[in-house]
Amino acid sequence: MKKFLSLFVSVCLLISISVIGAAAADPDPAGIRTGGAADVIGATPNAPTADDLKTMGTSEPLAAKLADVVGHNRIAINMVWTLVCGFLVMFMQAGFALAETGFTRAKNAGHTMGMNFMVYAIGMLGYWICGFAIQMGGVGGVATLGGATGLNSEFVVHLFGKDFGLFGMKGFFLSGSSYDAVIFTVFLFQMVFMDTTATIPTGTLAERWTFKSFLVYAFFISMFTYPLYANWVWGGGWLSQLGKNFGLGHGMLDFAGSSVVHMTGGVAALAGGIIIGPRLGKYKKDGTPNAMPGHHIPMALAGVFILAFGWFGFNAGSSLAGGDMRIGVVAVNTMLASAAGAVSSMIYMWVYYEKPDISMIANGFLAGLVAITAPCAFVNSVSAVIIGLIAGVILCMSVFFVERKLKIDDPVGAISVHGVNGAWGVLALGLFADGTYGDGLNGVSNTVKGLFYGDFSQFAAQIVGVATNVVFVFSIMYVFFKVLNKVIPLRVSEEIEKDGLDQAEVAVSAYPEFPITPSIYS
Amino acid sequence: MKKIEAIIKPFKLDEVKESLGQLGITGMTVSEIKGFGRQKGHREIYRGAEYQVDFVPKIKLDIVVSADMVEKVITTIVESAGTGQIGDGKIFVSSVENAIRIRTGESGKEAI
Repeated sequence: MKKFLSLFVSVCLLISISVIGAAAADPDPAGIRTGGAADVIGATPNAPTADDLKTMGTSEPLAAKLADVVGHNRIAINMVWTLVCGFLVMFMQAGFALAETGFTRAKNAGHTMGMNFMVYAIGMLGYWICGFAIQMGGVGGVATLGGATGLNSEFVVHLFGKDFGLFGMKGFFLSGSSYDAVIFTVFLFQMVFMDTTATIPTGTLAERWTFKSFLVYAFFISMFTYPLYANWVWGGGWLSQLGKNFGLGHGMLDFAGSSVVHMTGGVAALAGGIIIGPRLGKYKKDGTPNAMPGHHIPMALAGVFILAFGWFGFNAGSSLAGGDMRIGVVAVNTMLASAAGAVSSMIYMWVYYEKPDISMIANGFLAGLVAITAPCAFVNSVSAVIIGLIAGVILCMSVFFVERKLKIDDPVGAISVHGVNGAWGVLALGLFADGTYGDGLNGVSNTVKGLFYGDFSQFAAQIVGVATNVVFVFSIMYVFFKVLNKVIPLRVSEEIEKDGLDQAEVAVSAYPEFPITPSIYS
Repeated sequence: MKKIEAIIKPFKLDEVKESLGQLGITGMTVSEIKGFGRQKGHREIYRGAEYQVDFVPKIKLDIVVSADMVEKVITTIVESAGTGQIGDGKIFVSSVENAIRIRTGESGKEAI
């Protein structure tokens, strides 16, 4: 006992806690003071330096005034770009809604649509209450947007003499010092990303999830699970500092969210899928799966196209800068990987299952998009195609593994599309990053190089990021679903599941004028 | 009077209707139905898993004609609905006691 006590005391001495913050400018709700001459410095290789600006103030006062306007416009372009891309990502909610509803049965179409709809509203409010603050409250400023310095408070644990940022503490309710045009812009962009995560498990748990427990889930993931991991990667938290602190590349990198967004959603879906169990009739007595065809494949495919459209905002927008011309490369890599994912999954299905099953190809197409999301800014087009090709094959193998070996019923393939390929995307960055981009990222000089370009340490950082996601998200969501299931059962009654969830759970039948013939299996 | 019930492949409906029209048939009743015969439905594949479709969609035609027309109608349906493949359908013939036209009250042959 004494031994334990002394161990405990010495551990306590090793760990100390502090809040790290930087000086903040006053909030600028109207965005009038944001962006100025200071934002011209370093904008291009030939841009004026700080000294130039100083001397110009006296020798060429008009030029100095113009520099102020140029700086303001530079930031304005970046802000417009970030907002417009955020609007595109918001529209992905429609894509998810259509894809998930199309891949499920007609008797649950209203309910599946309802979950996709309400996850937007609830997730957004939860994120406004505290999710955003936990994620971004300690980021200390967003350079491309010339501000957000009000987000300057990160909760930090000191361990082994290094700082481990755990969560942010500014920006609750977007009030006080967060009432700022730049911070609001950051909120919009980050919120729609969070919402993508939150909606992913609604596909896996579709056709049997009680609406009440779903609502609690939507608050929980938007307020806690997503923001914590996102803080570690994007909010200045400890994963992003692996480079500065431990020499692992540029720290864990995820350009647009293969892990932060997709893997988190996929792993949460896995935890939920295990606890809620398969739909009635999904498995025969001998354990082999039955097919439960989706009721509206054209709807699902339209949804997939909408997702691909929104993905341009997702990936290219993650530069948070319209003035960063790498966005051309990012956008093209994004579309190439999706094409490659569709083709490789088509070939896989044709070879092993006789026909090019279009629902699996749609999943393969999305798998390519998920996989390129982390590396899109760091790789060349050949690598983007290779990453997409591999993603399509991994997708098919994963879908069958989840369904046949793990016996988890995932009606839309979300665990495989988002979880497994999210992990692949993060690792792919550590393999294929070609050293043409990313100078100075996460406070580490030089460009980002993967294993195939000579830097093992970046790949190591990526592995740490993936492992952390699996362990953290799976444990917190598994425990959450387990506890929630005790308080509000996750699963509807057998009778409701057989009848369809539409009337019982959300008071609308999706297709009231059509008789819904009983499915052979329900 | 005889009633001819013909169960045919859905995509053959237009062809059968045309041929019967040329024969002078002035009316018919059509319904969308499902069923199976000797093949017991068929298997389909979705996301790598096979499943059984027990009831295959078909079209049923109900036609009432005078007894002397029966053979001609049957031959026409067999010719126009047939593909030579499994699942071409079946024809049932039964007797009808009477027919009445609601608007005029006519009955028997005149009401067909």
